[in-house]
Amino acid sequence: MSVYFPQKKLPYLLVLPQLVITAIFFLWPAGQAVLQAFYREDAFGLSQQFVGLENFVDLFQDPLYYKSMVVTMVFSFSVAFLGIAVALWLAVMADRVIRGRMVYQTLLVWPYAVAPALAGVLWWILFDPNIGPVALFLDRIGLHWNHFLNGDQAMILVVISATWKQISYNFLFFLAGLQAIPRSLIEAAAIDGASSFKRFWDIVFPLLSPTTFFLLVVNLVYAFFETFGVIDTTTQGGPDGSTNTLVYKVFKDGFIGLDSGGSAAQSIVLMAIVGLMTVIQFRFIERKVQY
Amino acid sequence: MRKSMFATTVLGLSIASSSFAATEIEWWHAMGGANGEKLNEIVKEFNDSQTQYKVDPVFKGTYTETMTSAIAAFRAHKQPAIVQVFEVGTATMMAAKGAVYPVYKLMKDTKADFDPSAYLSSVTGYYSDVDGNMLSMPFNSSTPVLYYNKEMFKKAGLTTPPKTWEEVAAYSKKLLASGAQCGFTTGWQSWVQLENLSARHDVPFASNDDGFSGLDTKLLFNGPLQVMHITKMHEWQKSGIFSYGGRRSDSAPKFYSQQCAMYTGSSSAFGGMTRNAKFDFGVSSLPYWASEVKQPNNTIIGGASLWVLQGKDKAEYKAAAAFLHFLSTPEIQAQWHQFTGYLPITHAAYELTKKEGFYQAHPGTEAAVLQMTASEPTVNSRGLRLGNFVQIRDVINGALESVWSGKETPQAALDTAVKRGDMLLRKFEKAHN
Repeated sequence: MSVYFPQKKLPYLLVLPQLVITAIFFLWPAGQAVLQAFYREDAFGLSQQFVGLENFVDLFQDPLYYKSMVVTMVFSFSVAFLGIAVALWLAVMADRVIRGRMVYQTLLVWPYAVAPALAGVLWWILFDPNIGPVALFLDRIGLHWNHFLNGDQAMILVVISATWKQISYNFLFFLAGLQAIPRSLIEAAAIDGASSFKRFWDIVFPLLSPTTFFLLVVNLVYAFFETFGVIDTTTQGGPDGSTNTLVYKVFKDGFIGLDSGGSAAQSIVLMAIVGLMTVIQFRFIERKVQY
Repeated sequence: MRKSMFATTVLGLSIASSSFAATEIEWWHAMGGANGEKLNEIVKEFNDSQTQYKVDPVFKGTYTETMTSAIAAFRAHKQPAIVQVFEVGTATMMAAKGAVYPVYKLMKDTKADFDPSAYLSSVTGYYSDVDGNMLSMPFNSSTPVLYYNKEMFKKAGLTTPPKTWEEVAAYSKKLLASGAQCGFTTGWQSWVQLENLSARHDVPFASNDDGFSGLDTKLLFNGPLQVMHITKMHEWQKSGIFSYGGRRSDSAPKFYSQQCAMYTGSSSAFGGMTRNAKFDFGVSSLPYWASEVKQPNNTIIGGASLWVLQGKDKAEYKAAAAFLHFLSTPEIQAQWHQFTGYLPITHAAYELTKKEGFYQAHPGTEAAVLQMTASEPTVNSRGLRLGNFVQIRDVINGALESVWSGKETPQAALDTAVKRGDMLLRKFEKAHN
């Protein structure tokens, strides 16, 4: 049965505020970026020159841009995978805790309240090769830590800082997801003699798949777009570009390098990549998800 | 341009209506911490010294943030009258002809008291055009020097600081033998170990007289001298003589914590050194290769200068000129120099500081000034004028890091850096034609 609204105008009027906000804060700046990508401009905007696709051609001829793409992929998938895996493990453990449950859960959610930039600084200090306690400890057990020089270590550091915050967020969703799974299913499996690992793998994990899928999308988008603060306060993309993600590169080229055209071209490519990723996720991965 | 003229008129009108009050101008700067407080003190002194003009200092964050926000403000016609821009932003400011009001012209137009020869030529050279006209007003200039740990030196049986890189290597071996973990570390590697290395040995860093005489500049820092120096540093790194500790001044803690006995870094780090080094330390000139030159050139400067922006009215420019004049007076300059460790930018300020006995009371503080004034700057030691210099520095940092981590040979790394840097220069050239 369908419901009909007699008014023609009211629905439009109701969505109008939303549309206006979208237009002002999204469409307009995005349109500006698209325009800018076809121009070459000096820093002060005194001279502007239409250059067609030159900014894009430059971009795709730049080996550093491909390097940045690889860096972004490694970074984003590491953050998403690590964030989801650790959060799932913590949630399963927290779900079993009976005494002091609230305290435990609250503590695990805390890091989410920390600003990304602060999280970056925190880990940065812990791992500082000259004064950081973790770095000094690693040195003592024979693992020489210097993220100023070692690109892989710098990557590990930014992945840890970016993931740490996200774990809390993922944890909350997993915990809610776990609590929504009917006890009867698990009990039935237990009666049938399934081990606790088998119960998790064959019953809990598949039933959590909508949550996991949702978190995968959210975490990838987070790693792609919202980790700017973490990188800016720690490695600034170094050493030698080994943590220079696409988003950070947009900022660096646009705001430090003052190359608005090149930077705008990059952000358009970035938009396209994320759009594509989301389509792939929903078309191919979602099919495997059981709701 | 048309838009900015319109903005000028509007601004002019709005200010004309309040012309009976003091003319107010904004000064955007990047001096935080103790230096920022000192800056506010100096501005207050200016504001209290007369009633015609009032300067509002506004702290805008890091150098990069200050420059970026000034540019954004200019595009939105809300620019300050004066902005502090770091040395690597010089080429960008100079190329923006419609945006900056050259200081020499400002001083002439407002008939302000201004004598270019009163300034240290090794400082103003960086900010002058090919005809020697000062385009911006030097404010806080520093230069690289060598800091050394006197106590560790004593333990190794050393009494004087090393003058040359040969000595740095020889001394470091003794220091390592006496228990030091590393000989020396460096801050600002591109600035100290390549830009200043080239200047000190009278070797070009880039074509076109280090970029002064044109936009079609090509980088030249992959020459024999630079490759030799970086190769040596890489060897030293393996034998523990040199230890890398990060891009900017991230390596200073290695010196503070007495892991390294020497540190090559900015002369303006003196204040921080005094606070953080819990040991007796000395300051000496930046080493040179005795095998390459008999008498080294002056070093080049870092730090920042003050740029006056277009789009203000006459009264505001009068205020700006008066303030810049005030900043250059020997008393203010000497105060600033003694407090911060930045160079005195005028001869008079240097003489005044000497007369006051400051250098005797604080040994080592004179090293930087002497190093800057020992010789007349040559085309290779005036300074660098490279477009997109911030990114070029980034490229150089990346290249050096790939040497330190053993991924690339010095020659290959510097060649790649030159190639990438040239691409950035071409981009800048295209945008300014």
